[in-house]
Amino acid sequence: MTEENGAPGGNGQEPSRRDFIYIAAGGAAAVGGGLVAWPFIDQMNPAADTLALGSIRVDVSLVPVGSEITVMWRGGPVFIRHRTEEEIAEARAVELNVLPDEDARNDNLPAGTPGIDANRVLRPEYLIVKGNCTHLGCVPLGLGANTGDYDGWYCPCHGSHYDTAARIRRGPAPENLPVPDYYFETENTVKIGLSPEEAASSGWEVADTAGAVA
Amino acid sequence: MSGQSTYDPKTGIEKWLDSRLPIIRLGYDSFVDFPTPRNLNYWWTFGGILAVFLMIQIITGIVLAMHYVAHEDMAFQSVARITRDVPFGWLIQSMHANGASFFFVAVYLHMFRGLYYGSYKAPREVLWILGVVIYLLMMATAFMGYVLPWGQMSYWGAMVITNLIGALPFVGDAIREWLWGGFSVGQATLNRFFSLHYLLPFVIAGVVGLHIWALHVPGNGNPAGLEIKDPKKDALPFHPYYTVKDGFAIIVYLMVFAIFVFYLPGVLGHADNYIEANPLSTPAHIVPEWYFLPFYAILRAITFDIGPIDAKLGGVLAMFGAIAILFVLPWLDTSKVRSMRYRPLTRWFFIFFVIAALGLGWCGAKNPDDPFIGGLKFVHLAQFLTAYYFAYFIVILPVMGIVEKPKQRPASIEASVLGEDKS
Repeated sequence: MTEENGAPGGNGQEPSRRDFIYIAAGGAAAVGGGLVAWPFIDQMNPAADTLALGSIRVDVSLVPVGSEITVMWRGGPVFIRHRTEEEIAEARAVELNVLPDEDARNDNLPAGTPGIDANRVLRPEYLIVKGNCTHLGCVPLGLGANTGDYDGWYCPCHGSHYDTAARIRRGPAPENLPVPDYYFETENTVKIGLSPEEAASSGWEVADTAGAVA
Repeated sequence: MSGQSTYDPKTGIEKWLDSRLPIIRLGYDSFVDFPTPRNLNYWWTFGGILAVFLMIQIITGIVLAMHYVAHEDMAFQSVARITRDVPFGWLIQSMHANGASFFFVAVYLHMFRGLYYGSYKAPREVLWILGVVIYLLMMATAFMGYVLPWGQMSYWGAMVITNLIGALPFVGDAIREWLWGGFSVGQATLNRFFSLHYLLPFVIAGVVGLHIWALHVPGNGNPAGLEIKDPKKDALPFHPYYTVKDGFAIIVYLMVFAIFVFYLPGVLGHADNYIEANPLSTPAHIVPEWYFLPFYAILRAITFDIGPIDAKLGGVLAMFGAIAILFVLPWLDTSKVRSMRYRPLTRWFFIFFVIAALGLGWCGAKNPDDPFIGGLKFVHLAQFLTAYYFAYFIVILPVMGIVEKPKQRPASIEASVLGEDKS
């Protein structure tokens, strides 16, 4: 501030021409540094070909009532369970306030949608969820192995129990198993991995909370 | 001690080089005529052992990288091929895999040495902090290296640890995807872990250089916790006294290493890692390598929400906090007395700290719900030991420095060696 070659009146009060150059050069260096750093950070995000592998088509008529299959989608498992009437009734009888996670966790619906069973499925008989435990990513066991205390899935790693709508009921997992974007292309084929907009135009509607809990 | 150099170039070429790049002088002053306390015991040999193991890991690692294929379809087969088809691949792979374990054995003994003898206290705070940085880099390197064989434990260990990042509020999911380079642990993850696993050992070597530099400013600590006052009485030249002592310890340690490399090559690994990675099937019981078990136990000990922090994030914070607290240790210990030899009460707290660390390792290897004693489970033991781990740093060391009456310390290093302190 005390440079003698600065602007007139640079008497420790007014910013001098040199102060301006300092700040301008420093600012340019900071912005330039950020612009150089960004490509080297962003390169680690999923690449275009990884993103392009985003959707699969599954024939659900191959899944008999009372059974489930696991399909590979985006490098991880997706559970497709063809639920029985009892399983659907069991999921629908659950009050929202007993759920540790009350959010529907449905990529097709806005965040904050209540997690009643009707908001977890497009067609009640087919439950489609991502198959990595929301605790630390293990694949929970299901039909034929161990369905846990709520007849859904049981994660052997740290003991999380999921119900017949794949909602967390007990254990360390913080969230329900998420529902991926999907819609039914035909009666029997489901397309998994399309954007919420496309899926929303394919039939998702937010269910009435009060009605479903009853 | 830095300062006066005693190097005297004799030959013409040494004189010529010394006036242009005094590198021989640097080596001479650092490793030949460096005044070293005459009372160092065998706990002081692990620094040299660690330097040897860093070199073993780098050399065997460079060789393995000539044959390893970082691809999700080929990585597992390429490791099998190294151990079966590549000439001496079985030996080099075994040295590298077991070398990691022996590296950690040595670093833990080196760290316990530092904790017992107060090596972190002024004026060696920066030396200690650089050591903690090296330890963190070692953990990152070892974690990524364990993923490379692409067995079931490799894959699911990577899955569990990267999912921990997802516990961070708001940014967790985005950071996790950024680390994965996809929507799950996969090809992109394996490839970048290989790249970073190759890089980090050289970063470690650089920080080791700083660590030794920071050591050579104040000089070695020692079991008496005293500084060198008269180098003629209190110190010996590093060579030959400590080159021989370190060399002997290195050879003994390498003999134990050889027993594992040749006779027990797989005993420190996990059987599930001989199954190729399968993203659709989780092993029944995921455990990390033994050297991470205490921190894994701390992670799983937090089974309850703490205010707004849920159990998952709380576990992650406790696990990283257990290491982060080492950075501020020099300012938590309020005692001016370095060596636990002269701290009759704190010494017992330290001994129980070592037991707690080992006990946490035991808990980490067990299923948390397994019964321990009576109605208590291993998770309860882990919670108790975790509480003690943090209490040692946050409560015991700050308070003991104020309330404890230390024992009489010897007048000098020489007096400590000659036993005059016993009178």
